[in-house]
Amino acid sequence: MTGAPHRFAPIQRLLHWLMAFCIIAMLFIGVGMVSTVAPKYLPLILIHKTLGVALLILVLARLALRLRLGAPPLPADLPPAIKLGARLSHLLLYGFMIVMPLLGLGMLWAAAYPVVLFGGIEIPALLPQSDRAHTLLWNAHVYLGLAFFALVLLHVAAALFHALVRRDDVFATISPLPQEERMNPAE
Amino acid sequence: MKLPGRPERSSLGALILIAAVLGCSAAAFAFTAGWLSPGRLTPDRMIAALTPPSGPPLGHRRNHAKGICFTGTFEANGNGVELSRAKVFVQGRYPALGRFNLGTADPNAVDATVRVRGLGLQISAADGETWRMAMINPPVFAVSTPDAFHDLLVAAGKKDPEAMAAFIRANPEFAAFAAWAKSAPWTASYAEEPYNSLNSFVFTNAKGDEHAVRWSLVPAATPVPITQAELDKRGPDFLEQDITERVKSAPQRWTMVTTVADPGDPTADPSRAWPESRRKVQVGTLVVQRIEPERDGPCRDINFDPTVLPQGVSVSDDPFPAARSSVYRKSYDLRASEAADYPRSGAAKP
Ligand code: HEM
Ligand code: HEM
Ligand code: HEM
Repeated sequence: MTGAPHRFAPIQRLLHWLMAFCIIAMLFIGVGMVSTVAPKYLPLILIHKTLGVALLILVLARLALRLRLGAPPLPADLPPAIKLGARLSHLLLYGFMIVMPLLGLGMLWAAAYPVVLFGGIEIPALLPQSDRAHTLLWNAHVYLGLAFFALVLLHVAAALFHALVRRDDVFATISPLPQEERMNPAE
Repeated sequence: MKLPGRPERSSLGALILIAAVLGCSAAAFAFTAGWLSPGRLTPDRMIAALTPPSGPPLGHRRNHAKGICFTGTFEANGNGVELSRAKVFVQGRYPALGRFNLGTADPNAVDATVRVRGLGLQISAADGETWRMAMINPPVFAVSTPDAFHDLLVAAGKKDPEAMAAFIRANPEFAAFAAWAKSAPWTASYAEEPYNSLNSFVFTNAKGDEHAVRWSLVPAATPVPITQAELDKRGPDFLEQDITERVKSAPQRWTMVTTVADPGDPTADPSRAWPESRRKVQVGTLVVQRIEPERDGPCRDINFDPTVLPQGVSVSDDPFPAARSSVYRKSYDLRASEAADYPRSGAAKP
């Protein structure tokens, strides 16, 4: 076990919880804003775009940290199939976090719609208007958004399963609370 | 303790808790998405109410479906700077792109059957910052709220005349628009119409002073009244032929006039005009120099969303711009996805 950390580094834990909160907010804001014509539509979509772009920057930083600092190992007694599932699901979560904002931006670019964020920051278009590209990106943003929510639910369920049913150390690896770095004799 | 796959009795509570967390999260998500509230006024329901019984105009705008593109220049005279720090108010010339249109969901409507005429406009500053707007020729809007607009569409779509009568009883503000529709003279040209923002916006100048405003494009061409029957005789697409010919022979102009609200004026209700005595500032001139058919024209791909605003202009307490933005977005999503039903003529863009 030498070298492998027992917990995610504090910065990784901070980013995980900050981003978890923001991603869940993004998913709810997304489906909320497209189903209203009320005045709140405008602040909601402004937050959606601004936070979405901020999350794109954050996930890149997070990925860089992940590659440098690594992750604690999963419990040794976890069946290999479950371990693979855990790894794949984390990979997928990272994938969604990167792809969703790009789809959102691309969809607006392909609609010749200016992307103006909070504070009047304007992101220049990297794609020309195209009906076909807009339709593809729009559908991908909508359906992958729903798939993202389903995966987040699965992820939360798995985390709770580790914490409450298996009562192993998986939740402690990412727990936001500063805990004592304990040596687990069972390992 | 840690036997996977064989939860102990104490785990049962935990499993129920997990199921409850998932169930509540999914329910909250479904509620937020409106899946549990069929009564919520969504962009989809607004679009459904706009859709004629014969079906949606595939590939076309879901409202103001018949139109023709123009390009030209906005010539700012500099007077607007006092009211708003929008860059396009600084004296100078700015590229303009727009669309003359008819307020109908039928792209093949006969001109003389459509009362409301509109103009979509985009003005671009030197740095690319854009201002989009979509204005119409009546002096007031038909209703006070987006909900009432939905009610109007539903009532107007019913065969039963009692539906419209009930709508008018519930929305007495409709009378002003109805009076205009009945008695205002028709013209035989897009160039002879005024186009009014109707919705109120807030202008902010360099000092940070804020003013609620509305604006109008007032035509330089003198309106020549014509009866609806005479217009009908000129042909189903006379307006497009007329504007094409007029612009070919000379650029057509409109003065952009901003009206500044006094405190207490009804900024949140586009069905109520402001008193004539309100301060008016001429901020520039729209010059239309070129007309192109919509099918391959530059206005086709633009969503003239009235909330695409430059720095120095923002929405007010008027609920319409937000509602319009959400519905125009959906209309754009749909018409772009149906582009194959309204193919471009050249091999240009897919
Ligand atoms: C809100 C409830 C959440 C809980 C309880 C939770 C819990 C956890 C736990 C226990 C781990 C550690 C797994 C391990 O040791 O390998 C983890 C990792 C992870 N979580 Fe969450 N999480 C939540 C929300 C989210 C959300 C919304 C996302 C968004 C995408 C997310 C993304 C990730 C990723 C990508 C990892 C893998 C980290 C890595 O290996 O680099 N989590 N989470
Ligand atoms: C983590 C990032 C993001 C997530 C999780 C997310 C999620 C969502 C969801 C769930 C919807 C509702 C889809 C529906 O049910 O119709 C949505 C819609 C939308 N999102 Fe995002 N989004 C993200 C980033 C962005 C970004 C960066 C932008 C643009 C800069 C953006 C622009 C939009 C727009 C314009 C819509 C409305 C789509 C339409 O026309 O119907 N999103 N988003
Ligand atoms: C809640 C009320 C309204 C709804 C639901 C509505 C709906 C629509 C829709 C669906 C379109 C087609 C958008 C596109 O596909 O690009 C449209 C276009 C248009 N609307 Fe509205 N509208 C509303 C209020 C208004 C008001 C108050 C005005 C004028 C003051 C207005 C003027 C126009 C004009 C001029 C166009 C054509 C723009 C273009 O050429 O693309 N609308 N409207």
